[in-house]
Amino acid sequence: MQDLSLFTSWFHNTLLNLLGHEWIAVTLECIIVGVILLLLYAVLALFYIWFERKVCAAFQCRLGPNRVGPWGILQSVADMFKILIKELITLNHVDRLLFAVAPYLVIIASMLAFAVLPWGNGLQIIDFNVGIFFLVAVSSIGVLGILLAGWSSNNKFTLIGALRSGAQMISYELSIGLSIVTIVCLAGTMSIGGIIEQQRDLWFIFSGHIPAIIAFVIYMIAGTAETNRGPFDLPEAESELTAGYHTEYSGIHFGFFYLAEYLNLFIVSGVATLLFFGGWMPFHIPGLDAFNNVMDYIPSVVWFMGKAIFLSFIIIWFKWTFPRLRIDQLLSLEWKYLLPINLFNLALMVAIVAAGWHL
Amino acid sequence: MITLAIQNATMALVALLTGVALVAAALLIAGLISPRSFNPQKGEPYECGIPTRGESMAQFKVGYYLFAILFLMFDVETVFLYPWAVRMRDLQGQGVISIAVFFGVLVLGLVYAWRKGALEWK
Repeated sequence: MQDLSLFTSWFHNTLLNLLGHEWIAVTLECIIVGVILLLLYAVLALFYIWFERKVCAAFQCRLGPNRVGPWGILQSVADMFKILIKELITLNHVDRLLFAVAPYLVIIASMLAFAVLPWGNGLQIIDFNVGIFFLVAVSSIGVLGILLAGWSSNNKFTLIGALRSGAQMISYELSIGLSIVTIVCLAGTMSIGGIIEQQRDLWFIFSGHIPAIIAFVIYMIAGTAETNRGPFDLPEAESELTAGYHTEYSGIHFGFFYLAEYLNLFIVSGVATLLFFGGWMPFHIPGLDAFNNVMDYIPSVVWFMGKAIFLSFIIIWFKWTFPRLRIDQLLSLEWKYLLPINLFNLALMVAIVAAGWHL
Repeated sequence: MITLAIQNATMALVALLTGVALVAAALLIAGLISPRSFNPQKGEPYECGIPTRGESMAQFKVGYYLFAILFLMFDVETVFLYPWAVRMRDLQGQGVISIAVFFGVLVLGLVYAWRKGALEWK
């Protein structure tokens, strides 16, 4: 397994030798990290928009975008340029400050969560010792942005959309939090690097027995709801609420919500990857050394991206499989089914870990 | 240890500023290249295409508020569960028992809310 932290430390030392002063080197590194984050964020979001359109088309026996670039891969880039040259309209009666602040909050929440993800072996921008907790904390900022957007728009439908979204996101955040606690019980650490290191021999979905599988299923359901997707897309139910909380946003203002939505899809599947499928860790079977060595030849970045994109494919699949829920069904699913199951599951995991049955 | 924490915090700050920069830069570019035209109709809310009737910041269902309160209860609970989950193996039986009592009280709260009908959407 090639350790990419060797590269980053080599880069740091080269910069240090070249520039002489540490603070210049560090500032330059911060700028480089920022630019890389920005580019990755934009490229991934655009890729996801294209990916979703292609997958949807495949499910409906269509071709999907296929005119701009090979396989239509530049379609979402063209769409972003189009959205960039649209007029930004601010309505007469909106709360101007909150209306302007809302997209910032949505983007910042997804950007901070994005920066915590482990990209590869030694390739992680933020690695707090409370990493996973930090991730849960920052990803819940996004709901504030959505609530503010709906509230400040001076529109009844956006208000309803925002309230639905708020109720949905805070409810399902509990499920996400509790299934993460289940895994933290198993791992015994909150640091993302530590959680991945624990899965060196076997991924948690295999080594955690039944509780890990239940936690994974609950996490995927809650993650779909958290990103306002699939069967849980009532905040933007077109037939009821026009476009939900971002109806009154035009041009690139709307584009921010769109970008953040797709990025959140990636973040949810990335976190599922790191919790249950070992992050960048290759697939290992204890005992089969030859097989493990072959797996180690595949770069860690490919492992992480492959698993994350596969999980997002499953989330996109949900959308075309299940019909949309009603708001009361949605809330009772969370509070009457997922939450009690989750609490029971946590107790089960505690029992298994305390008895030392985990692999 | 402390330098690592500072490094992480710096990177978090960089990520935050990157988010701000993304929005600000895109808005700046859009402001420079997008066309502008004035029309009194443009300032009206779009809603569903027909003119708006009545007050837009209307009253909404109190049910959302109930769920927000319940959420607060369980969210604070999860915050307390995290540190315990990390130290679970060291704390042994006593830790499990004390968290079970804490857990039980919260489950009682959920059962109470359920029986009271707070989870129904009327």
